[in-house]
Amino acid sequence: MVFQPWPWYVSGPLIALVMIILIMMGKRFGMSSNLATICTICGAGKRTNFFKLDWKSQKWNLIVVVGVVIGGYIGANFLSADATVAISQNTVLDLNSLGFESAGRAYLPSELFGTNVFSDIKNMVLLIIGGFLVGFGARYAGGCTSGHAISGLSNLQLPSLIAVIGFFIGGLLMVHVLFPFIF
Amino acid sequence: MRTFFYLVIGVFFGILLFKSEAASWFRIYEMFQFDAFHMYGIIGSALGIGIVALQIIKRFNIKSFYGETISITPKEKGFTRYLIGGILFGLGWALAGACPGPMFTLLGAGFLPIAMVLISAILGTYVYGVLKDKLPH
Repeated sequence: MVFQPWPWYVSGPLIALVMIILIMMGKRFGMSSNLATICTICGAGKRTNFFKLDWKSQKWNLIVVVGVVIGGYIGANFLSADATVAISQNTVLDLNSLGFESAGRAYLPSELFGTNVFSDIKNMVLLIIGGFLVGFGARYAGGCTSGHAISGLSNLQLPSLIAVIGFFIGGLLMVHVLFPFIF
Repeated sequence: MRTFFYLVIGVFFGILLFKSEAASWFRIYEMFQFDAFHMYGIIGSALGIGIVALQIIKRFNIKSFYGETISITPKEKGFTRYLIGGILFGLGWALAGACPGPMFTLLGAGFLPIAMVLISAILGTYVYGVLKDKLPH
């Protein structure tokens, strides 16, 4: 059972549990603020006030994130008999027509996340742009999926609702309007 | 001891992100195609339980494990930053197929190209910090 993909009705409640434990430890659930802490550690606070903070107060969250890396290693190497993601047939057909042959046969598209991407300038640029937008957008919006969609909405915050609506506008725009031009 | 707990929570969350397939690019694409309930089920059930739990914590003034008062800071009021920032985040989320948590999970899972995504996400964070005062909020 553990070795199979975990269904949503197990995963969702467990994500809530992670948030509740962090709150009960007097902290909060938010992954993207670690990206800002990393900027601070790299010395960004010398030039920019935004990063002038005592990163040691955020050390707990960095430790969480180190755990997330370790958890990814454990999940992929010891807890998965077969990491193929069984996406819907519709999605497979869509992705095949966009040129993603690995759809329905892998955890991530090999076109973007296989090691051959290092010799594929176009796809490398796409990953870099994607990452940049996630980092920039998360800080602009003051949070990401964990901070807004889970924590913020759980706390019935209107700003989080606006942000999550934004996440979906952006995501739908990318997948439905831009993907046919990009891929 | 607390440090050890944070690490354990992180490891658990990392396993959870991998095993729930929330860290899969394919699941994010499928979500934005409305082709499966999976991601909506994950976020929706986490949210349902989260709302109830936070209401209980607030109504009954439940103390933290260490006996401290729990204060959950409300998000700053605003509109523009949340909408524009959210849209930019969503564009990146759909393209890279990973939000910040899963980036770390996938790094651990051994997908090397995710390192490029993660580094550029850190760079994006930095550029926001530099431009912050020039942007509408």
